[in-house]
Amino acid sequence: MASSDALLPISAREEDPLCPYTRLPMADPNQETHGRRRRPFKGLLAVSFGLLFIAFYVALIATHDGSRSNDAVIDETKTTTSRARLAGVSEKSNDGLWKLSGDRNTPAFEWNNSMLSWQRTAFHFQPEQNWMNDPNGPLFYKGWYHFFYQYNPNAAVWGDIVWGHAVSRDLIHWVHLPIAMVADQWYDSNGVWTGSATILPDGSIVMLYTGSTDKAVQVQNLAYPEDPSDPLLLKWVKFPGNPVLVPPPGILPKDFRDPTTAWKTSEGKWRITIGSKLNRTGISLVYDTTDFKTYEKLDTLLHRVPNTGMWECVDFYPVSKTAVNGLDTSVKGPDVKHIVKASMDDTRFDHYAVGTYFDSNGTWIPDDPTIDVGMSTSLRYDYGKFYASKTFYDQNKGRRVLWSWIGESDSEAADVQKGWSSVQGIPRTVVLDTKTGKNLVQWPVEEIKSLRLSSKQFDIEVGPGSVVPVDVGSATQLDIEAEFEINKESLDKIIRNASVVAEAEEFSCEKSGGSTVRGALGPFGFSVLATESLSEQTPVYFYVAKGKDSELKTIFCIDTSRSSVANDVVKPIYGSVVPVLKGEKLTMRILVDHSIVEAFGQGGRTCITSRVYPTSAIYGAAKLFLFNNALDATVTASFRVWQMNSAFIHPYTEEAFRALTRT
Amino acid sequence: MKMMKVMMLIVMMMMVMVMVSEGSIIEPTCKETPDFNLCVSLLNSDPRGSSADTSGLALILIDKIKGLATKTLNEINGLYKKRPELKRALDECSRRYKTILNADVPEAIEAISKGVPKFGEDGVIDAGVEASVCQGGFNGSSPLTSLTKSMQKISNVTRAIVRMLL
Repeated sequence: MASSDALLPISAREEDPLCPYTRLPMADPNQETHGRRRRPFKGLLAVSFGLLFIAFYVALIATHDGSRSNDAVIDETKTTTSRARLAGVSEKSNDGLWKLSGDRNTPAFEWNNSMLSWQRTAFHFQPEQNWMNDPNGPLFYKGWYHFFYQYNPNAAVWGDIVWGHAVSRDLIHWVHLPIAMVADQWYDSNGVWTGSATILPDGSIVMLYTGSTDKAVQVQNLAYPEDPSDPLLLKWVKFPGNPVLVPPPGILPKDFRDPTTAWKTSEGKWRITIGSKLNRTGISLVYDTTDFKTYEKLDTLLHRVPNTGMWECVDFYPVSKTAVNGLDTSVKGPDVKHIVKASMDDTRFDHYAVGTYFDSNGTWIPDDPTIDVGMSTSLRYDYGKFYASKTFYDQNKGRRVLWSWIGESDSEAADVQKGWSSVQGIPRTVVLDTKTGKNLVQWPVEEIKSLRLSSKQFDIEVGPGSVVPVDVGSATQLDIEAEFEINKESLDKIIRNASVVAEAEEFSCEKSGGSTVRGALGPFGFSVLATESLSEQTPVYFYVAKGKDSELKTIFCIDTSRSSVANDVVKPIYGSVVPVLKGEKLTMRILVDHSIVEAFGQGGRTCITSRVYPTSAIYGAAKLFLFNNALDATVTASFRVWQMNSAFIHPYTEEAFRALTRT
Repeated sequence: MKMMKVMMLIVMMMMVMVMVSEGSIIEPTCKETPDFNLCVSLLNSDPRGSSADTSGLALILIDKIKGLATKTLNEINGLYKKRPELKRALDECSRRYKTILNADVPEAIEAISKGVPKFGEDGVIDAGVEASVCQGGFNGSSPLTSLTKSMQKISNVTRAIVRMLL
């Protein structure tokens, strides 16, 4: 092959492109030197260009493969699933807004400080200002409930994350404490992220949390109280040997976060699980440890579900099949089921499933694989705005308590103007629904009743198509417990009448048009944060309809589509089917606290949290209504409405501390 | 002679094309966004585009959002004198665009760089929302219409790419 020699004529030619004659290559006796100069030259040129080309191509492919190694894995599965994911469910969408802003009749809404300051909640946990997200390391210790949270000390949007801290005697009245952990080590300099506490048998606390390192790698770190005799746990020490866990082989450096509370295995080791993903499969990794400093990764995963994406904030805990108390995280046995819960990064929904845990190999399988964790059909703690939730076992009262981050549904400009963003849901107890055995039941902690002030009882029969004002005075801080009964005649008409078409399976809160769309047996319920003229209102309601099996199905919804005339807030209609067993009346509980409305259907079988931003249904102008939009059924509502006091959450002062210590 | 010049030209063009397309994930990535042409032209206009991974592409687009927000704010400032009757709407736009620059963009950059892209998605979506709200403050079209529409379009494309990181 004349390869390298062939290059010489080209360079020679480049030096003198105008010269029609080739300069002879130096000492190459094989080359013919006369008569055939042009033709062999052209041949050589063609060959050499071709080879250069190939060499170039090869070089590029080699470097191309190197730089794309991470993306190659994603790209393979991207084409089939990407459309669904990109179509996407983040509820904030500027598509809807384009339509509105293009409409000349709805000018942009201008928020004033009065409207914005009304939005702040009175009895939900929130820091004095700035951004908050995930609940972290909740625990009970030496007489105090501790709550930590992801906090941005500098802005009302996510960023610069550190651990905020607060304490309470009763999960309701909180005192803000100084920041517990800041980003002061190389292994968490880019963020002190979510983590969980484990209380050891001797009462001491270990905290595991995710740090984003100075190279933005997600690692797990160990921390513990500096002074275990301080009931306020003001200061924390980070283990000098951190990180205790780094992303294992096969797991990307940014897919490894949110370690759980540990539980004891039958071998006497501690076990934790950490969510991650492999391509689009959500997974939960399992590690065993004896000292929380060195870990052994199990070869098996706790669980995996394809096409669910990254699993954040995994939670894993036992629930009793028979009793209504909570269980310590280490409990196992025949009377116990285990819950696996994960927060789906793709959809911002928290999903859980009930299943069986196998301690021998650290695996878990769902009772019903058709509603496995993260599938669109799988159960959710809450069908509204509710994410990154975390439970803890409250050994003080023998219950399992659930915290959750409730973000804003407004524009970031509003958050910046009002100076804060996000609240926590009211802590809820969580138990297995012993009547159905298939789902959890949640209920606001008992202690919230301490906020109840005066109340009024009502018994009202509401005819079809009517709206009844409920006079309770101020209507921005309320606790409502209600029972509804549809008149038997109307029910029978629907069940017995074969010509009435089954519609329950087709009905969805989100897609069936909201509370104004009338059916035979609904919707009916309350309209909260409503103006006198109903120009703004937030209906919370039941919709009862015939199912395919001719049995009645009940759906529970919150319709925020008319909660505000502002066009820069998100106003979805949330909800889901709620199981109603034979003989049960329809019950709902609603907590109204300014810009948050939390609703509990059938004792907490189906829960919905929503954020609303009325512009005129605020302060004294906010009213409460009872309504029945059914076409011909009459509904009887029996309910009590309490005025709710503020929880007066405030920063630490000597006085506040003393006051709390007295209770 | 002429033949050789032509051949060299062709080879050089092919080399450039190969360099640009090989190693670049711009086209396949942009195919999965709502506006392929806009996506490709924005990313190709940045020298880092051809060698960037998905995160890198997202960050380039967030840079474009930042640049467009700055440009729009300058435009808004200029309009106060030229169109004083629009003061109220301009005030609202100014507030909204400052949010894009001071809140949305830093949030998105931090989130994507640190591997928690969902907060980046929120910031990017909000940029489009703020632009829409600004535009909605005028009855019908305004001197800012094409800038706000641009922001909405770029926000949509960027969001699609950020979602690929989830």
